[in-house]
Amino acid sequence: MSGEITAEATEASTSIRTQPSTRARPVPFAVTVIVLAGAVALTFLVSNYHLFQLTMLVGYAVAILGLNIATGYNGQISLGHGAFYAVGAYTAAILMSNFDVPYWATLPIAAIISAIIGFLIGFPALRFTGLYLALTTFALAVAVPQLLKFKGIEDWTGGVQGIVISKPEAPFGLPLNPDQWLYLFSLGVAGLLFLFAWNLIRGRIGRAMMAIRDHALAAEAMGIDLALLKTRTFAVSAMYTGVAGALSAIAVEFVAPDSFTVFVSIFLFVGLVVGGVASITGAIFGAAFIVFIPNIAEQVSKAAPGAIYGVILIAFMYLMPSGVAGLLRRLYHRLVPSSR
Amino acid sequence: MLRRRSLLTAVAATAFVPAAPAIVRAADTTGVTDTEIRIGNTMPYSGPASAYGTIGKADAAAFKMANDAGGFAGRKVNFISYDDSYSPPKTVEQVRRLIEQDRVAALFHTLGTPCNTAIVKYVNQKKVPHLFLATGADKWGDYKEHPWTIGWQPSYVTEAQVYAKYMLAQKPDGKIGILYQNDDFGKDYLTGFRDVLKGRWDKVTLASYEVTDATVDSQLVSLQGAGIDVLATIATPKFAAQTIRKVHDMNWKPLHILTGVSVSVGAVMQPAGPEKAVGIVSSAYAKDPTDPAWDNDQGMKDWRAFMAKYYPDGDVKDAGNVIGYGVTHTMLRVLKQCGNDFSRENMLKQATNLKDLENPILLPGIRLNTSPTNYHPIRQLQLMRWNGKTWERFGDLIEGASA
Repeated sequence: MSGEITAEATEASTSIRTQPSTRARPVPFAVTVIVLAGAVALTFLVSNYHLFQLTMLVGYAVAILGLNIATGYNGQISLGHGAFYAVGAYTAAILMSNFDVPYWATLPIAAIISAIIGFLIGFPALRFTGLYLALTTFALAVAVPQLLKFKGIEDWTGGVQGIVISKPEAPFGLPLNPDQWLYLFSLGVAGLLFLFAWNLIRGRIGRAMMAIRDHALAAEAMGIDLALLKTRTFAVSAMYTGVAGALSAIAVEFVAPDSFTVFVSIFLFVGLVVGGVASITGAIFGAAFIVFIPNIAEQVSKAAPGAIYGVILIAFMYLMPSGVAGLLRRLYHRLVPSSR
Repeated sequence: MLRRRSLLTAVAATAFVPAAPAIVRAADTTGVTDTEIRIGNTMPYSGPASAYGTIGKADAAAFKMANDAGGFAGRKVNFISYDDSYSPPKTVEQVRRLIEQDRVAALFHTLGTPCNTAIVKYVNQKKVPHLFLATGADKWGDYKEHPWTIGWQPSYVTEAQVYAKYMLAQKPDGKIGILYQNDDFGKDYLTGFRDVLKGRWDKVTLASYEVTDATVDSQLVSLQGAGIDVLATIATPKFAAQTIRKVHDMNWKPLHILTGVSVSVGAVMQPAGPEKAVGIVSSAYAKDPTDPAWDNDQGMKDWRAFMAKYYPDGDVKDAGNVIGYGVTHTMLRVLKQCGNDFSRENMLKQATNLKDLENPILLPGIRLNTSPTNYHPIRQLQLMRWNGKTWERFGDLIEGASA
């Protein structure tokens, strides 16, 4: 008798388990392949300047994805992810300039260091929720430029002068210029990270993360270890943003405290909301907003680019309250009724 | 018939020969057409340093004035200035846009030490003239490291050397204390002081503050407590005004030297209290628009006329508008000197070949000089003392010993 009940329960939980996994698939496989092929094709279609912009876009997309893992899927609002972005960037720059580490090898190290720092920050974050966590992380973002100027680490960080590094050449004699190669390299890294995030989110851990976000108490009652999962989520989130920072440092070929003001954190947060909270593809749209909208705002008015930026931002929020990804999702469901 | 045609061809060919070298030039004339010369720039029109944005607008207005006056060998300057928000990654993006998309002939007056540090390598690889940067860092004078990059204003190192010499002459046995802002601006001064003080440097008492600090009171109290009687204040205007006030209120009377960055009558001396600052020594190279001493000066009258006609929205009390006008004046001279050859090579050649060039906004007697081995256009300063109403310049023009 009892055995039957267990079997039934298992069956029920399996069906619950599979349901979100099919629904969490936001984009059909074919679309992903087409988008990826298009992104690769751009390498040979657009100018080096635009490739640089796209490389920055890819970096920001990974950073926003990282922020999304903590904020969108786990409900931990962070206004301090610029700090992890800076940690990743400085890790890459210090390793390249002081230790002659090849650029590709700096990424895993930047990932590990950012993850460790994210994990440590995640501990106090356990005690704070919602707005209080937002303020705590904001304090971190404010502190970063000054910490980077700290005398004790000046030999490594270059103090206020920062560190100048060199852009890598294409390996194996590939007929690509450094901009093309770096774009493809970043795209490859980002592709892997997006795939990994997608796997994480639609799996057991992803569901637990969302359960905590939606109702922490209920999640705990279901046997989820809140402390463990929240700190680890924060670590993964920081790791993503750190890798993004490293990619951007290699693309810009320079890091300095002035590159990582509190605005970086704010822009990442803006990108998160504009792209779509709790959406993996949203990160790409959010990154596009960060890269392109300031230029458009400046084209409209040189006298007050900030005001134009604000107007565009308000228009976005008004027209797409659930972000670009939310709008696309709704359109997709409307056009393809069977997808509901 | 055939012969005649070939003869004609031959005549035509010889007729074209003299013109050929003018067209087929090895020199790089990117950004120059028969009607325009494209010049690129980045400025913080938004973001934390947006107060400097007015400099870019003054630059643009000064180019417009030159275009209205006829331009250069039939060409007008097309000044393209983009916002970088004082963020180095954004500067890199905008400068790549200027060089690769807009194909500018040269970069001019790009603002900010970190922003210029981010682009200097790229710009030199591309061999684009990177002229008269809006930063006082000393490294822009390094013609060996980056031959396409040249500064304009006297470097902070030069200025500090001048102060150190003055201190040693006035108070040979004084106890020296330095209050400085903890960034590249402050540290360049320390380098200059160290150059001159040499063996005495170890005895100097240092106190630093962060640009985000609320006050510098505690630093000043500890400096006074250390028995300092020669104080050098390397602070931006807000902190300079605080320091002047606090030093006066503490009834402390050191020989007080103040960085030339913070000598604005309107932005520093008035808020601090003009009577509290009596006796402070500083230096200058440019004329202060808020100083009544220049009311009848021809250079400043020209500047006011320029502001009224070409930049009426601009603040006539803002020193940034004076500097923008002055630096562009130098650039216009470089373009004039180029004659009809606006290749990148020639632009750099002319920019590094200025001989005793005068400037309407520089103190009387100060002249610009550059050469292929001198990338510090302005090396002269004059000391001045606050008398409660205005800055009284004293002594001769002093040349810094900067390399």
